[in-house]
Amino acid sequence: MNTLLEVSGVSVSFDGFKAINNLSIQIAEPELRAIIGPNGAGKTTFMDILTGKTKPDEGRVIWGEKSVSLLGMSESQIAQSGIGRKFQKPTVFEAQTVRENIVMALKNPRGPFDLLFKRRVDDSADRAREISDEIGLSDALDQTAGALSHGQKQWLEIGMLLAQDPRLLLVDEPAAGMSPSEREHTTDLLVRAARTRAVVVVEHDMEFVRRLNCKVTVLHQGSVLAEGSLDHVTKNQDVVDVYLGR
Amino acid sequence: MERSFIAKNPSVLWFLLGLAGFTIVITILSEASGAALISTSFVKTLGKTLCLCLVAIAMDVVWGYCGILSLGHFAFFGIGGYAIGMWLMYARTEDIVIASLENATLPPTPDEITNAIGTQIFGVVGSSDFPMIWAFSHSLTLQLLAVALVPGLLALVFGWLAFRSRVTGVYLSILTQAMTLALSLYFFQNDTGLRGNNGLSGLQNIPGLEAVSQATLSLWFFWASAFALGVGYVLFAWITAGKLGSVIRAIRDNEARVRFLGYHVESYKLFVFTITAIIAAIAGALYYPQAGIINPAEIAPIASIYLAVWVAIGGRGRLYGAVIGAAVVSLMSSWFTGGKAPDINLGFYVIGWTDWWLVLLGLTFVAVTLFFPKGIGGLFDLLQPRKGDAP
Ligand SMILES: Nc1ncnc2c1ncn2[C@@H]1O[C@H](COP(=O)(O)OP(=O)(O)O)[C@@H](O)[C@H]1O
Ligand SMILES: [Mg+2]
Repeated sequence: MNTLLEVSGVSVSFDGFKAINNLSIQIAEPELRAIIGPNGAGKTTFMDILTGKTKPDEGRVIWGEKSVSLLGMSESQIAQSGIGRKFQKPTVFEAQTVRENIVMALKNPRGPFDLLFKRRVDDSADRAREISDEIGLSDALDQTAGALSHGQKQWLEIGMLLAQDPRLLLVDEPAAGMSPSEREHTTDLLVRAARTRAVVVVEHDMEFVRRLNCKVTVLHQGSVLAEGSLDHVTKNQDVVDVYLGR
Repeated sequence: MERSFIAKNPSVLWFLLGLAGFTIVITILSEASGAALISTSFVKTLGKTLCLCLVAIAMDVVWGYCGILSLGHFAFFGIGGYAIGMWLMYARTEDIVIASLENATLPPTPDEITNAIGTQIFGVVGSSDFPMIWAFSHSLTLQLLAVALVPGLLALVFGWLAFRSRVTGVYLSILTQAMTLALSLYFFQNDTGLRGNNGLSGLQNIPGLEAVSQATLSLWFFWASAFALGVGYVLFAWITAGKLGSVIRAIRDNEARVRFLGYHVESYKLFVFTITAIIAAIAGALYYPQAGIINPAEIAPIASIYLAVWVAIGGRGRLYGAVIGAAVVSLMSSWFTGGKAPDINLGFYVIGWTDWWLVLLGLTFVAVTLFFPKGIGGLFDLLQPRKGDAP
C-alpha cells in the first residue's frame, strides 16, 4: 500500500466561518475509507476541495506517485487524472438514457473532436453493458435516467463512477434514501470497487459504515477528531461527546 | 449494433426528402421554368426564408442543445452578408466604371479606375478613398473566405473570453447582446468604411452574370439556399447525435457535473459557438444577394432576439422545430407587415396589422413559453411518442 492522496494542513472559510480547519488526511491505494461526522462537519466541502470545486485558503493536496498538487488544476483536469465523484444529491443527466449517461462517463478521450470523429473510442457498447450489469440496471439501459427511482439513480451515478475507472472514488452519502436491501447491494459494490482502488465514502449511517468494515475518520468542525477502526473511534470519548452522544 | 447515421436519425431523411420535394415544386412553378405560377419576388422570399431556417438551426444548436442563449448570432449572419456584399458591390461597380471609360480618348490608368470606383461606392458618405477594410474586396475568393473566417474568429475570441471566465445564463446573454450592439454601432459609423447607415446595395446584381435574368438568378440562389440548408441540417444532426451530442446536452442541463466527468466544458461551448457562428454567416452570405441590400439595422440586437423567438416558437432542442419556427414566423411576419393582411375593423378602432403584428408575435411568444415549452415541433411527439431529443 502506498499513499495515493495526501492532504495536509488544509483550511477553508466561507465569510469568516471555518468550514475546514487545518485538516490532514492520507489515503492509500487500494483502500476503503469511511468518513463520518455530524451535519456541517465539512465532509462535502472536503470533497469539493479534492475535486477542484472549492479552492482552499491554505494547505497542500498532493496526488499520485509524481506528487502533483491538485490545487492548481481545473475540475476536468482533476477528473481526468483519476478522481471520480458521486454527489450527495444524485446528479445524473435525467433527459438522457441510462446508456448515454454511462457512455459519457466511460474512460475515453474527452475532446470535442475526439467524440465527433470517434477517435480512439472502443468497446463502449460492451463496457456499458458490463457496468449496467454490475449496478443492476441492464434492463433499463434505454430508459431515460429521469424515470429511475431514487435508489437506481444513486446506482447509476456509482456506475458512472466505475465507468470513469478512477484511481480514487469519492462517494458522498450513497445510502441516503435507499431501502435496506438496496443499501446492502451498495455496500457490496463499494467493497468490490475498493479491491483495486481507493474509495472514500462519506456516510451518516453507522450500520452502513459497520458493514463497510474499514478504517474510519471522524470529522468534526472541519478537522479530524479521531481515526481508526469503527470500534476504536466509537470508544473515543471526544467522538461520543460530539457525535454519538447526541 | 452500429447502425448507419440515417437509420439512427430518421428525421434527417424525412427532412431532406421534404426539402428536395419543396425545391422541385418551387422550381416547376417558377417564372424561370416557364410556368410562372409564382413570381420571382416570391421565389426570392422563399430562398431568403431557407437562409433564415439555416441560421435558426444554428441558433437551435447553440441554445436549444448547448444551453447558450446567444443574442449575437444574427450579427454573425449580417457579417456574412457584408463580407459577400463588399465583393458584389466592388466587382459590379468596377464593371460599370470600365464600361463607361471605354470611350475615353486616353485609356484610363489603374489609379483613375480605382478612384472612379471609390467615388461611385463612397460618394454617399462624401468620400472616394478605399478604407482598409475593403483591401480584399476585389477578390471573390478572399471575400468568401472572410464570410467564414471573420465571424469564426470573432466568435472564437469572444467565446474564449466569455466561457473562460465562466460567464453563464443571463449574464452571457447580456454579453452577447452587448457584442451585437457594439457591432451594429460600429457598422453604422461612416468612419468604418461600410457606407454607414446606407449599407451596401445593388447586391442582387451578380457581376459576370448580367446576361442572366433575375428570374433565373433567383432560382439559382433558391437552389443554393436549399442545398446549404440541407448540408447544414445534416452537419448539425451529426454534431448533436452520438456521444458529442450527449455531452453537449449534458452541458446544457448541468455543466458543473460534466466537468467532474473530466470534460473541458469550455472547449465544447467554444466549438459549438464558433461552428454555429460560421454557419450563421454562410446563411447571411446567401441571404443578402437575394435581399439586394444590407444595412446596419439588420445587425441590431432586436434581430438576434427575433431569432431566439423563432426557435422558441418552433421548438428548442430539435432541428426541424427551428426550421418550422423560422419559416412560419418569418413568412407570417412578411405577410402581416407587407400590408397584405386584411385589417380588422372593430368600428371604434381599426387593428392595422403592420403595427399589431409585433403585439401578436409577442403574445404568441409568451403563450408558447408558458403553455407549450416544446413549441410547434412538440406536436410531432403526439404523432410518434419517443423519449429524449431527436435531431
Ligand atoms: N459554498 C458555501 N458557502 C458558505 N458556506 C458553506 C458553503 N459550503 C459549505 N458551507 C458551510 O460549511 C459547513 C460544512 O458544510 P458541508 O461540507 O456541506 O458539511 P457536511 O457535508 O459535513 O454536512 C456548513 O456549515 C455549511 O453551511
Ligand atoms: Mg454533506
